[in-house]
Amino acid sequence: MKKYLKNTWDGIWTVLIGMKVTFKHLFVPAVTIQYPDVKLPLPERARNRLYVNIDDCIGCLQCERACPVDCIHIDTVKGLPTDDLGTTSNGKKKALWVTKFEIDIAKCCYCSLCVYPCPTECIYMTDVYEFSEYKRQDLIYNFSTLTPNEVEQKKINYEKFMAEKAAAKAKAAAEKAAAAKAKPPVDPNKNNQKSE
Amino acid sequence: MYDILTNIFGNQIVAYIIGAALPLFVWILPFVLFAVLGERKVSAHMQDRLGPMRVGYHGILQTVADLLKLLQKEDIVTPAADRKLFNLAPYIVFLGSYAAFAAIPFSSIYIGSGIEVGIFYILAVSSFVVVGILMGGWASDNKYSLLGAMRSAAQIVSYEIPTAIVVLTLVMLTGTLNLNTISQQQTAYFWNWNILGGAAGSGITQILLIPFMVIAFVILFISTLAEVNRTPFDIPEAESELVAGFHTEYSGMKFAMFFLSEYANMFAVSAIVVTLFFGGYQSPFGYLGNSLGIPWLIPVEQLFWFLAKGVFFVFVQMWLRWTLPRLRVDQLMTVCWKYLIPYAVFNLLIVGIISLL
Repeated sequence: MKKYLKNTWDGIWTVLIGMKVTFKHLFVPAVTIQYPDVKLPLPERARNRLYVNIDDCIGCLQCERACPVDCIHIDTVKGLPTDDLGTTSNGKKKALWVTKFEIDIAKCCYCSLCVYPCPTECIYMTDVYEFSEYKRQDLIYNFSTLTPNEVEQKKINYEKFMAEKAAAKAKAAAEKAAAAKAKPPVDPNKNNQKSE
Repeated sequence: MYDILTNIFGNQIVAYIIGAALPLFVWILPFVLFAVLGERKVSAHMQDRLGPMRVGYHGILQTVADLLKLLQKEDIVTPAADRKLFNLAPYIVFLGSYAAFAAIPFSSIYIGSGIEVGIFYILAVSSFVVVGILMGGWASDNKYSLLGAMRSAAQIVSYEIPTAIVVLTLVMLTGTLNLNTISQQQTAYFWNWNILGGAAGSGITQILLIPFMVIAFVILFISTLAEVNRTPFDIPEAESELVAGFHTEYSGMKFAMFFLSEYANMFAVSAIVVTLFFGGYQSPFGYLGNSLGIPWLIPVEQLFWFLAKGVFFVFVQMWLRWTLPRLRVDQLMTVCWKYLIPYAVFNLLIVGIISLL
């Protein structure tokens, strides 16, 4: 009988204690963050979406080589001596047209290994982490600023330049050969000195 | 009330139909919309969350959006189901909970039906819910539904006994079954409420009655909570064991009917508790209409007090839900048969003896 009464009392009393606890929690500020409106600040060195500042890129392919999952693809075309490619922010002269700089961000594993070797610090991690897409194709980011026409033009220019150079070389060689035929060399050492 | 409506509409039948539909459209539907959101908000804040926040200011239109979604949903009837019973069950459940509103006095001028056997009628008609639930569980042809329905029937039938005994205690004290009369007896100030001994007793009897009325109130509250299948007594729809209990196979509007009747039931049992113990529609501090000399203000105030008290007890039900875990089936039966019923019977005896003094 005593146990029965105690059970009853415990039943009611413990429920009241529980209700007191939950009632207190009614007035505790919520820990929820209204995510799309309010975001938690990210750590300083958080690794998220890659970004390439293409103005600084010199097309050295170091990031492409460092990438463990091969998600970076770079094509370059040599610039002509007459072209002005500008300089990077740390004063280096650019020598290559970066005709293609694609990062397949779907493959990226956010290891940040491409960031360290970059000599101009033009590839780096940003704090953007909301970039889901409906099509996988949309996750391939192209950072090159050249249009396909321009790329074609650069290639043609370079080929033309190379062809001209080759032609000039051939011409020089032919002239040389002609000169050599006209006046056969007697002393190779002498000839060497002359050419210098 | 019906006289006023007859004067407005000119036809007695129309007046009665409108009078019967009033609580549904004026109170139950808005209340359910509010209570579903309230439940989610109360649960969220008790768990240090925020709850729905996106639809409208702090999510106030969330239930409206949910309702629109439910309206558009496909009405699925499983091939093995007994179509007729399956389709009928949600409406029977709602019928059971709505029929109880007929005898509940919302205000001194608004009571659906002022029958002399009011509380008896409510106890009887709320058993309709069991029929509907068993029907739905059986017709679904699903083991979880059937188990949930069986549990629900066992639970509601068991818990009707302590409810009836406590109601009997109150009937013995007040001398009437009419809820309107019970409310009128508790008029004036809150010390006339039945929880504080009622107006019937005088001096020493009233003080002696207080602890026993509190016990009666606790028993009635617990057993009505079990009758509406709310946590900690929600084993009929125990989601961790029975998927969703008796309404596992229901979708769309039929599911919404079950939902509607659950919340309507919550208010109905709160209204019974309020009417029996907390003065019904009576104001605890006297009426503003009396002191200002505006007679038509009094029924409006009474309506306000009744709804406010009812909503408070609905809140307590939610509060309990998010405080306590679910009872086991054997614990549920232990609470009813070994604790509530003996206490209720002794309470009945003692209140009888005191009221004889």
